[in-house]
Amino acid sequence: MEYINIFVKGIFIENMIFAYFLGMCSYLAVSKTVKTATGLGAAVIFVLGITVPINYLLENYILKEGALAWLGSEYATIDLSFLSFIMFIAVIAAIVQLVEMSVEKFAPALYGALGIFLPLIAVNCAILGGALFMQERQYANVGEATVFGLGSGVGWFLAIVAIAAIREKIRYSNVPAPLKGLGITFIITGLMGIAFMSFMGIEL
Amino acid sequence: MSTTAAEPLFSKKNKKLLSDPLNDNNPITVQVLGICSALAITVQLKQAVVMALSVIAVVACSNVIISLIRNMVPNRVRIIVQLVIVAALVILVDQILKAFVYDVSKQLSVFVGLIITNCIVMGRLEAFALGNKPWPSFLDGIGNGLGYGVILVIVAFFRELLGSGKIWGFKLIPNSFYEAGYFNNGLMILPPMALITVGIIIWVQRSRNNKLIEK
Repeated sequence: MEYINIFVKGIFIENMIFAYFLGMCSYLAVSKTVKTATGLGAAVIFVLGITVPINYLLENYILKEGALAWLGSEYATIDLSFLSFIMFIAVIAAIVQLVEMSVEKFAPALYGALGIFLPLIAVNCAILGGALFMQERQYANVGEATVFGLGSGVGWFLAIVAIAAIREKIRYSNVPAPLKGLGITFIITGLMGIAFMSFMGIEL
Repeated sequence: MSTTAAEPLFSKKNKKLLSDPLNDNNPITVQVLGICSALAITVQLKQAVVMALSVIAVVACSNVIISLIRNMVPNRVRIIVQLVIVAALVILVDQILKAFVYDVSKQLSVFVGLIITNCIVMGRLEAFALGNKPWPSFLDGIGNGLGYGVILVIVAFFRELLGSGKIWGFKLIPNSFYEAGYFNNGLMILPPMALITVGIIIWVQRSRNNKLIEK
């Protein structure tokens, strides 16, 4: 039950885009057509689902205060948490590279679909944001962290596909010239955010 | 774009590097960089100013460092090198914030860490510092940091004023207003209004500056 709760919360209530604005840069840049938006969204789900649990293990067995206790009692007081930013970003960059290579080798069809988006993702704030939220919220075990990663990935996917569909339609509407493009996209995202706020308080 | 040795420190070209990002080439409203962290921390003016100062420091310093080592780093590993340098600078900023303004650093939560993946930093490193000398890179960093900060402060100003009736934590709207039936607009504090506020800023800026209008 706890898993479903975290999953739903990640998608609707604590949506990466509408509640925290994470990954806005690629959200605005790659949402011109539904097809590319779907590709990037899928890649984000994939990478979040892999990096969040790995960073969770890193945090709990190496970085946190007392996490090194498994090495012996003299290491039990070491607190490496100031290193977490640099470790997380290094892990994310490395994993993205690894994932890209293994997908290319073992699933060429998937690579064709995700290919160009994977390297972009290393510097997507949603990925690092996922790791940092995981650190701040202190999930109980690696399963919860994985579900959180997948859930926020799906939330991000939903948001970018929805805005891409709206942008495809709005091209034919009569928007005031200074508001065209970027301005109207911001305002629509704001309105979608208000709509998503109605999910607040849902618990399973 | 390279400067000659005889050029004065604040030549016309260098001044342009500082002033351009404030309006014509603003990182948020025109280049669409760094939106991610810009919106979440604009509920109060104080947070926004601290965030803007942190970003200015990180962009300027990383621009200088990358510009100094730009001829030594092989092209293929430059992204990793950039990430490591930026991450190290952000750790410094984070520790300084924790030491001196702990309450603000607590409110900023993950968004200090997210300066690492803030597209402004990477974008300016890639677009400017890799091909220019340290001094112009420094100015470019300061300019873009300021351009980011200006938008942050404007958004935070309106959100704090309309959302909680305060500026910098001081009550601005007199009590007589509330007695006369005025209410704070609670919606302004919530995340979606940040997006709409930025949308309106873009609207105002573009209707005054016609060459920015998208076709």
